[in-house]
Amino acid sequence: MTSILTNLFDGVAYGMLLFVLACGLAVTLGLMNFVNLAHGAFAMAGGYVCMVLVNRMGWPFFAALPLAFVSSAAIGIVLERTLYRHLYTRSHLDQVLFTIGLTFMSVAAVDYIQGSSRVFINLPAALQGQFDLFGVGIGRYRLMIIVICGLLTIALQMVLAKTRFGSRLRAAVDDPRAASGFGINVPQVFAFTFAFGCGLAGLGGALSAEIVGLDPYFPLKFMIYFLIVVTVGGSSSITGPFLASLLLGIADVAGKYYVPKMGPFVIYTIMIVILIWRPNGLFGRTAAR
Amino acid sequence: MSASSDVGYHAQRQARWHYGEAAFWLIVLACGFVFPSRYLIMTDILRLALFAMSLDLILGYAGIVSLGHAAFFGVGAYAAGLLALHGIINEPVLALVVAGLVAMVLGFATSFLVIRGVDLTRLMVTLGIALLLEALAERFSNITGGTDGLQGIEMQPIFGEIPFDMFGKTGFFYSLAVLFLLFLFARRVVHSPFGLSLRAIKNNPLRAAAIGIPVNRRLIAIYTLAAFYAGIAGALFTQTTAIASLDVFAFERSADLMLVLVIGGTGYLYGGLIGAVLFRMLQELFSTITPQYWQFWIGLVLVAIVLIGRQRLHRWMLYVPNLVIRQIAGRKAVVAAPESDA
Repeated sequence: MTSILTNLFDGVAYGMLLFVLACGLAVTLGLMNFVNLAHGAFAMAGGYVCMVLVNRMGWPFFAALPLAFVSSAAIGIVLERTLYRHLYTRSHLDQVLFTIGLTFMSVAAVDYIQGSSRVFINLPAALQGQFDLFGVGIGRYRLMIIVICGLLTIALQMVLAKTRFGSRLRAAVDDPRAASGFGINVPQVFAFTFAFGCGLAGLGGALSAEIVGLDPYFPLKFMIYFLIVVTVGGSSSITGPFLASLLLGIADVAGKYYVPKMGPFVIYTIMIVILIWRPNGLFGRTAAR
Repeated sequence: MSASSDVGYHAQRQARWHYGEAAFWLIVLACGFVFPSRYLIMTDILRLALFAMSLDLILGYAGIVSLGHAAFFGVGAYAAGLLALHGIINEPVLALVVAGLVAMVLGFATSFLVIRGVDLTRLMVTLGIALLLEALAERFSNITGGTDGLQGIEMQPIFGEIPFDMFGKTGFFYSLAVLFLLFLFARRVVHSPFGLSLRAIKNNPLRAAAIGIPVNRRLIAIYTLAAFYAGIAGALFTQTTAIASLDVFAFERSADLMLVLVIGGTGYLYGGLIGAVLFRMLQELFSTITPQYWQFWIGLVLVAIVLIGRQRLHRWMLYVPNLVIRQIAGRKAVVAAPESDA
């Protein structure tokens, strides 16, 4: 019984993490209809920035996290302004080729700069180990992830639903032409959203180093997970990807624990079945038009 | 002349063999005699060319973007390896065909998943299938040999007469023969009314359905055929290298394949062949410059190709040949730039 609860807890933490990693992609892929397979590269960038700051320069972990966000967002906005924006109107094949190219470059570049071995971030002692709550083993680090990611999710939902920027974004996505007719600077809104999504990925990358490990092949290994979150979750709201990430996280942890021999088999099968059953995702409208 | 006979006339003209094509195959054959010390790399290029041709059939002609074409390559590779390892079918040509058929069955089964949904769902499903097979191959390591791969494969002589030699001479001519035969068949297919209907589907599925083309059935047929080709390519891989390991399913293989096709150009069959040569040459070049990080440069090439634009790039590449052809054969005889893609 307790092991089930502990697994559930780990699964929720993992799912929350996946959500923070992938929600930027939910916007670019789901809302802007741009197939960005290089999304994991931004996450990896954030992770490595955090690792260098904490391990090599002795920054405290919590000070390095915002910087992981900022640096990934900065890389994101530079690339968006220089390269990505030319590709919004191109075919999906072009977008796929372009972003695969970027992914390959990022993998080799990080390999060159940091070496190909797996790295870990030195955590403060307060985050290590686990404690018992009514007999359920709760990892401190995972609890922190749930808190941070939960707060982020609520904040995101509030921003999207309540603020002026949120309504601008929704308008720009629904009909870019009409939105620009109302005086909304659509490219700017997209650029900002893209950068913010990259920043979140960077933060997710920094947080995930402890749980899934960080190496130069991160973007390739987790590409499928991000895509699953977005395609299964749909894109009508932020809730779809959120639920999809939770589902994926719990299924993945449970699958690895109870049927370890099947490996990632469970996840892929579930994904294919869901896509066949509901090609537009479990929740809401189609991701690609 | 009525419009319909006009279309037929152009289609027939397109389907006719040109001198350039004959020259191309003669050059390929000549390579086999001119560079006897390079059989291994040349065989590698031929395999890649066949694999790329397979992707061209679905991407260039039917407009299906696949990120998991390595699935069929891998199934073909393991099928050929297992057949040879356990001595089920010792004759290589027969084993090749059987391995291709196994991949074809998988292609047929998965085609129903692929024709559903839009580009994005297709990307996901094809990628998912390849990953699924990789996970399966890893899981059933007692059959596939797991991460070590299949080892100790010994190939019997072709037709019981021509043994594989250690320099790869047999392997090269064997691969070349297979490639040429399959090319002839593919050429016949894409210039048939069936092939023309595929192009119609690629340009506009809705309109194609409106003029009475059974869209789904055509897509299933071409996807199945492409799976057969990819399976043969995989089987050739196992037969000529005598190994089959998990990386036959790897995502990088599918991604590289896209690059091969993009370099060569889609939608005219020779794209895969030319792309395979250029890709291997690029890879060799990059890995002599930076042995460990050649992937970076490959990625850069991809990014550059997309940013410059594939159409423009092919126009540039055809500029000099067209200039020469114009001088010799007059104004009208030019090599057209390949069609645009999905």
